[in-house]
Amino acid sequence: MQKKFSSDRYDPLSTERDALSRRTFIKGVIAAGTVAGAAGLMTGCSGGDSSGGGAGSVERLVTINVNGKDRPVDVMPNETLAHTLRNKLGLTGTKLGCDRASCGACTVMIDGVTTYSCSTLTHMVRNKKIVTVEGVVGPNGELHPVQQAMIEELAPQCGYCTPGQVVSGVALLQRNPNPTRDEVRHALSGNLCRCGAYNNYINAIVKAAGRA
Amino acid sequence: MKDMMPNFNLVQPTDLASAISLLTDAGENGWAIAGGHDSLDWFKDRIKRPTTVVDLTGIDSLKGIRETADGGVEIGALTTLTEVENNPIIKEKFGLLSSAASRVASPQIRNKGTIGGNVSQDARCWYYRSGLDCYRAGGNTCYSDTPEGMNREHCLFGASRCVAVSPSDTASALVSLDASMVIQNSSGEKVVAATDFFIGPAIDIENMTILKPGDVLTAIRIPATWAGAEFYFEKVADRNSWDFPLVNIAAAIKMNGSTIEDIRITCGAVECVPKRLNVVEDIVRGSERNEDTANLGAGAAARGAVPLNYNHFKIPLMEGLVRKAIRG
Repeated sequence: MQKKFSSDRYDPLSTERDALSRRTFIKGVIAAGTVAGAAGLMTGCSGGDSSGGGAGSVERLVTINVNGKDRPVDVMPNETLAHTLRNKLGLTGTKLGCDRASCGACTVMIDGVTTYSCSTLTHMVRNKKIVTVEGVVGPNGELHPVQQAMIEELAPQCGYCTPGQVVSGVALLQRNPNPTRDEVRHALSGNLCRCGAYNNYINAIVKAAGRA
Repeated sequence: MKDMMPNFNLVQPTDLASAISLLTDAGENGWAIAGGHDSLDWFKDRIKRPTTVVDLTGIDSLKGIRETADGGVEIGALTTLTEVENNPIIKEKFGLLSSAASRVASPQIRNKGTIGGNVSQDARCWYYRSGLDCYRAGGNTCYSDTPEGMNREHCLFGASRCVAVSPSDTASALVSLDASMVIQNSSGEKVVAATDFFIGPAIDIENMTILKPGDVLTAIRIPATWAGAEFYFEKVADRNSWDFPLVNIAAAIKMNGSTIEDIRITCGAVECVPKRLNVVEDIVRGSERNEDTANLGAGAAARGAVPLNYNHFKIPLMEGLVRKAIRG
């Protein structure tokens, strides 16, 4: 099919939206190590002690287990897990909302237990098994029943809290495969949804419970 | 993109002696971290800037729940609130603490937040939290206790320049259960009653507890005294998740037939320390457990309260909770 425009400017009518999405662009930036340009902001160590700690402080080069894979990574002592996952490992599925343990968008599983990654120092969990929203899919990339049910129940509205809701839902079904509606409500009570789609999320997890 | 908190040395000892030695050496520049929810907020806001942060979570001796020889329990300070909530011994004997732990913050916070941290957390006054130079922060004014100050969440009792309240749900339960706190530092171990562990602004305006730099709260002991008693816990907050209490109530009642043989009743978030309601206890002890007794007790609950401009509502709220707790 002939293109309407020959210029490479953004074409609002084009259906070819996959050429360079924002997501792949950000991941590309991270992979290319361009982050060094923003090192001051990224690591909080500009102009100061760039070794990241004095005598007795933790070793920065560590290996953490994320989604079943051992990932070597350079972690500052003052680095949160959300920061490591998003900015060092490119796992941008984990979102940062409040950065104060008050919204739940950054929820991940640590040894199977849901935790706010924004309020966890990476060094404090480096010997544990971390599962992010990227890690709940099946071996061939098929959606987890919780994710599939969320699509069917139109659970995400703006979608920003969805990764956290997915992780909370998956963790619940892992420890309690047949939760009551109240148990689901309780399990999701640490995940804010500013669109107010709570009932849809609860419906989805109740639906997924039969399939997980 | 969020920026990062200022840098610090993170040290991860695996035994208590090393942790105490590190914290003692660091003094005022040291900080003990466990669950990290309170700590990291302070660091991110650049209000507290320790140079040495000691991660206690690698010290296994501070974890777990053990039955003691006298029939009570000892809870390691690093035990998570979720573990406290679901522990079968605590559920069976001290259901009050289990209920209180289940009402703290959100599931994710309870999964990592520790009981030691929950009782040692700092004041939640937002003026103080936002870094203003108030009395508690070493300054010479209170921004909350003013005609326009936002003091809806603040105290009814025991104000002394500062009007912050005890924000902990488990603290109220622990005071009612006659718990004691085990504290270790470089000169050894001491055990203090929960009622002495929490301190008000008249004693030390900059600290909510007696913990000093170099001290580590290692365990909480609950004696058998109230094991299996009847319990009542209720927390009233603006939101059912995350939120700190506007008022909470924790009561333990021993019955003899229909008579209240003995009672402990403690109210949180109305004073800088969990407020043990001795007067109410004295009024209802020995009486039938019924509506009349509940009303008598409730009438005395808020005696002596000095409300601020926006927190009068806490008085009837407190009385109502005491009434419900006694009525059962």
